[in-house]
Amino acid sequence: MKAKALIPLALFVGLVALLGIGLTLKPREIPSPLIDKPAPAFNLPQLLQPDARLSLPDMQGKVWLLNVWASWCVACREEHPVLVQFAKQNVLPIIGLNYKDKRPDALNWLKEGGDPYTLSIVDADGRVGIDYGVYGVPETFLIDRNGRIRYKHIGPVTPEALEKELMPRIKELQGA
Amino acid sequence: MPKLILCLLLCLTSLASLAQTDTALEAHVMKLSEELRCLVCQNQSIAESQAELAQDLRRQVREMLAAGKSDDEVRSFMVERYGDFVLYEPPVKRSTLLLWLGPAVLLLGALGAFLWRLRSRRQEQAEVPDAAALEKARALLAEQDTKG
Repeated sequence: MKAKALIPLALFVGLVALLGIGLTLKPREIPSPLIDKPAPAFNLPQLLQPDARLSLPDMQGKVWLLNVWASWCVACREEHPVLVQFAKQNVLPIIGLNYKDKRPDALNWLKEGGDPYTLSIVDADGRVGIDYGVYGVPETFLIDRNGRIRYKHIGPVTPEALEKELMPRIKELQGA
Repeated sequence: MPKLILCLLLCLTSLASLAQTDTALEAHVMKLSEELRCLVCQNQSIAESQAELAQDLRRQVREMLAAGKSDDEVRSFMVERYGDFVLYEPPVKRSTLLLWLGPAVLLLGALGAFLWRLRSRRQEQAEVPDAAALEKARALLAEQDTKG
């Protein structure tokens, strides 16, 4: 009889545990199906030199970051100084994908906050963004020497994310 | 003059048919878009959402359908980029098995518990009353008999 009386309590504790786990999940971070797949091809004009272009094969043989950014993106404001600091260490090329932005605004953004990018390319209508499964800016892709996406960071790159998630993977890929 | 009228008529009919394919295409786009989740506002389909990404994805769906692609081709285009999450009805596979079978398992479990409980209750009721109560009942019956 005593054991029976404990059933509601046990159920309650179980429910609380489930809800507690639910709180730690991040439903906004949707795992990308592109991990370990070849990066989608692109051929886009550069932001600083609109006459020049960059396409995926140009990055062959390098471990590099593709950082999706826009001047209208609020979270990018938090991320930008982190990237500027990181770029100074010259660890790897960082290509900016300027996503659905206006050129003057984008140029102004880089002038004000500094330019961490090896170069930025312009995805004015967001088509390359769709190919990369971009649904929120900022997003950062780590791409290996063979042009495969190895990791995707959703949301602003923080110093912790850089140190704990990105750097170990970058080192591993560069060492390989 | 009759030639001119004929020409005008032809122009009009072709315009009308053009408009008709447009509305048919648009209806098709919206129907398919209702199956696709907007990833920015996750509780809306890309048909309902006015988020920029949803508009872009609707444009993508429209272009693909206009180019003669099938619904399945459009769906797999989206899944390749955004994952199963983009479908409101995810496919049945190992990682989604719990999602699909979970409710049925819960329902069966609850039904089982309910039936089990009913049975044990019926057994309790069917239990023989204790000896003292039986004796009392007999005495009462005997009393009735003598009166009657």
